[in-house]
Amino acid sequence: MAITQLSVFLDNRPGQLAAAVRLISQAGVNIRALSLADTKDFGLLRLIVDDVPRAKSVLSEHSIVLETPVVAARMDDVSGALDRILRLLEATQINVEYMYAFTGAAAGSAYVVLRVDDAEAAEAALHGGGVSLLSDEEMDEIV
Amino acid sequence: MSNYYQKEIETASRETILAIQNEKIVRQVRYVYEHVPYYKKLMDEKGVSPGDIHSVDDIRLLPFLSKADLRDAYPYGLLGTDLRNCVRIHSTSGTTGKRVVAFYTQKDIDMWEECCARAIVAAGGSEEDVVQVCYGYGLFTGGSGLHGGSHKVGCLTLPMSSGNTDRQIQFMMDLNATILCCTPSYAAYIGEVLAEKGYRPEDNRLKAGIFGAEPWTEEMRRSIETSLGIKAYDIYGLTEISGPGVAFECEAQSGMHINEDHFYVEVIDPDTGEVLPEGSKGELVFTTLDKEGFPLLRYRTRDICVLSREKCSCGRTHVKMRKPMGRSDDMLIIRGVNVFPSQIETVLLNEGYAPNYRIEVDRVGNNDTLDVYVELNPDQFSDKISDIQAREKRLEGAMRAMLGIGPKMHLVAPRTITRSEGKAVRVIDRRKLHD
Repeated sequence: MAITQLSVFLDNRPGQLAAAVRLISQAGVNIRALSLADTKDFGLLRLIVDDVPRAKSVLSEHSIVLETPVVAARMDDVSGALDRILRLLEATQINVEYMYAFTGAAAGSAYVVLRVDDAEAAEAALHGGGVSLLSDEEMDEIV
Repeated sequence: MSNYYQKEIETASRETILAIQNEKIVRQVRYVYEHVPYYKKLMDEKGVSPGDIHSVDDIRLLPFLSKADLRDAYPYGLLGTDLRNCVRIHSTSGTTGKRVVAFYTQKDIDMWEECCARAIVAAGGSEEDVVQVCYGYGLFTGGSGLHGGSHKVGCLTLPMSSGNTDRQIQFMMDLNATILCCTPSYAAYIGEVLAEKGYRPEDNRLKAGIFGAEPWTEEMRRSIETSLGIKAYDIYGLTEISGPGVAFECEAQSGMHINEDHFYVEVIDPDTGEVLPEGSKGELVFTTLDKEGFPLLRYRTRDICVLSREKCSCGRTHVKMRKPMGRSDDMLIIRGVNVFPSQIETVLLNEGYAPNYRIEVDRVGNNDTLDVYVELNPDQFSDKISDIQAREKRLEGAMRAMLGIGPKMHLVAPRTITRSEGKAVRVIDRRKLHD
């Protein structure tokens, strides 16, 4: 199963990132996770939010927004947990485009969001290895 | 003491020159009317026939030709003779995708090369000189023109074309080049590289430079003269009329003599087309007097200029034009290459972008820079950085194919390019090109 990430195009100019984040907070939307990838000319802001339609609506006024399906996996917050997940993907030659990870508030939990070239195969590989994947609802419930 | 390549004509009296022009124009107009249906039609529409043209004073009766006509006539519409009589083409940018192709018979080539020879001798050249030609060779007329002129004078010609500056300098020093021919910004760059390599101006054998194909200021001239230890001469031309050598500077360095025995010049008001009195600032219009392959009558150059018939200390009697002071259209010259914003727009539309773009031109050091900012359409957005970068690369390739140079492409968010209420201001040129 996949979760919905929002990808936002940002000109690499002062204030662009802040403006995007401000729009989301003014709309009362909560960001659960984010990553910002940069090039010389532009940035790509990737967000996991608790209200996708609302966030997409306000961000579309500022820039271009895309909904991208990504895979979110839960792991133990211990050394080696991420390594294990990546080995499962490597074994089936699934390519990871990008990823970002964060710890949960509850002790012992961590999460990783992955964009892979074959989401279905990734889900099968991770499931097969006993890794639990999150749905949109479950992402919302993380504390 | 002045040297002339063709002393008699270069120092001929006004009466003699006028007599030559009057004889030639009658023949050239009849020739064009009989050989170029495209222009015959324009003349017929205007109600002018060859019989109405008795002297150069009657040129004002003839219809104008513009870049748009040359584009519409591509490729053979303005050809003046059978292809079997033509020995070469040269080509220059059109305003959109269609280029302009000029045809030359051997006689046209000889005439053109003689004009360039006049320029080289005016710069002090003779068969004792070694001429380094760093203008581009190929479709561009710069390289071929100065190359041919150098041959006619009998100089040793180094056909370097542009680029590979290390090799340019190696040959310049090892083969004792005495005259340098290239764009002024390249000359300035060569000066910098020579200094970096530890050469002083007195270490090279150069005595003169013949620089053109782009606008340059008096300040830039002095800077080049100091850094290379030479006298720097201006040269002017356009592919449509022949190439470089339509006009050239003499030792007075105060304007370029137009080769009036081959080209008749008028200055017009760009908005009304009215011929302006001598000394007025206006658009240069050229009429070829003895071309065969691609004869053009009243071709509007879009260059804004002033003419002067003041006596010149060099002894030449042909009218002088000052450096062009700007354009009456939106053409840009970037690194010596003619670029029209409309060409850029054509590429963007072909590649599926909306025409929300901005062109920025600047000069960094001695190099012109060209940046194009265009808005990304929502349906072109991708979550992958590599996709967006691939788009920019693809655009750069398409631009290079169209323009001959590659701008740096920047994709930007929608609605970031200012919309204007009236005429869109799409070009920002930060260079100071004119005095």
